[in-house]
Amino acid sequence: MMKPSRAFAILTDGLWTSNVTLAQMLALCPLMAVTGSATNGLGMGLATTVCLVATNVVISLVRGLITPQVRIPAFILVIAGIVTVADLAINAWGHELYKVLGLFIPLIVTNCVILGRAEAFASRNGPAASALDGLGMGLGFTFALTLIGCIREILGSGTLFANASLMLGPAFAGLETVVIPEYKGFLLMILPPGGFLVLAFVLVAKRQIDGLLARRRGVAAATARS
Amino acid sequence: MASHRTAPWFQGVLLGGFCLVCSAVLAVAYRFSAPDIERRLKEDMEVSLGQVVPAKYRGNDMVADTVSIDGAEGPTTVYRARKDGQVTAVAYRVVGKGYGGDIVIVMGVDRSGEILGVRVVQHSETPGLGDKVDVRKTRWVDAFKGLSLANTAAAKWAVKKDGGRFDQFSGATITPRAVVKAVKDGLALFSSHRARMLDEAKDALPGPAPAPSSTSGKKTVS
Repeated sequence: MMKPSRAFAILTDGLWTSNVTLAQMLALCPLMAVTGSATNGLGMGLATTVCLVATNVVISLVRGLITPQVRIPAFILVIAGIVTVADLAINAWGHELYKVLGLFIPLIVTNCVILGRAEAFASRNGPAASALDGLGMGLGFTFALTLIGCIREILGSGTLFANASLMLGPAFAGLETVVIPEYKGFLLMILPPGGFLVLAFVLVAKRQIDGLLARRRGVAAATARS
Repeated sequence: MASHRTAPWFQGVLLGGFCLVCSAVLAVAYRFSAPDIERRLKEDMEVSLGQVVPAKYRGNDMVADTVSIDGAEGPTTVYRARKDGQVTAVAYRVVGKGYGGDIVIVMGVDRSGEILGVRVVQHSETPGLGDKVDVRKTRWVDAFKGLSLANTAAAKWAVKKDGGRFDQFSGATITPRAVVKAVKDGLALFSSHRARMLDEAKDALPGPAPAPSSTSGKKTVS
């Protein structure tokens, strides 16, 4: 069994400390492509999370079988298989989501985060820890995508979570809000350059918060010593 | 002892085994999802057909009543709306070359060659500029309604900048130009394959239905 402290460490690592985009700066291609609106970011993040958990578990289960020489092609094979199954499933049973994300779901295969976690974590840890790592990393990615999507959507279109009910089901209709009525739109924010700009500001914010936390911890350690 | 694990043949067998398992999983997943995916695509098609061919023209399942036409750009599937056996309107896809790639358009045309409706169903034009051809953004595509090659001169099938009758968008001329051209080509396709599209090749009887009395009779029955 896993110690709760270890599980907590794995989760916070994925959600914040080694956040896929905000700390590791990976998976920027899907980030730029889908974060024009918060809903798209959320949908892509959740789809990636599901794929990430599944690939991590499968690779962790077969890690004893795979030899170091062929591990990369074998990982790619497993990832491609799982993502294709997810692609078919979303097309069949989540068609509204598929119409928005259709182009990007097959691209999850090439998302370096998935291969990265397979190589760095799942091939060295048990299935439970790997599932947790996939969940943490996936949710961290979802958090980053949704945050950047929110900022870009508010600045670019003046709305928040527009079309959420169309994509995620009628239960999410309450999320749809018009933040700035009669807004003319700010095209730059919807286009990829806006993604880079917003990402830069979010990165600065994360560094600031991390610096603040480290300083507070330093002060606490100093007072404990004296 | 795992000495064979470093042997080259083992790597091949291992990868081969992985391929086999993955293919099997994919085959099963495909078999399970294929009917649902097909149904979703059919629903999508029905929705876009419903937007370009008003309900009063339709007495049948348009998605099931198709004919393939060999145009200049390859085969086009034509969906036919019928009332009492006679084709009242047709709908088909045309593709325009836009600024950001192909613009897929569905257009509905009635028997006389007049446009009933035009919808852009798929495009990757610049958001905020070229995407005004999308009916969810503006009603620009309504400008096509009621036009035909007969009632609009060939020179007028262009954006205003080129001397035509259609509005262009500031900052985006390529997109509306592409849509106008695609729709015009679509009408040309209709006029050159009219008989086949309207399913009249056999009896070769243009004009109104030969037996209007039977038409009204059927209506009272249903």
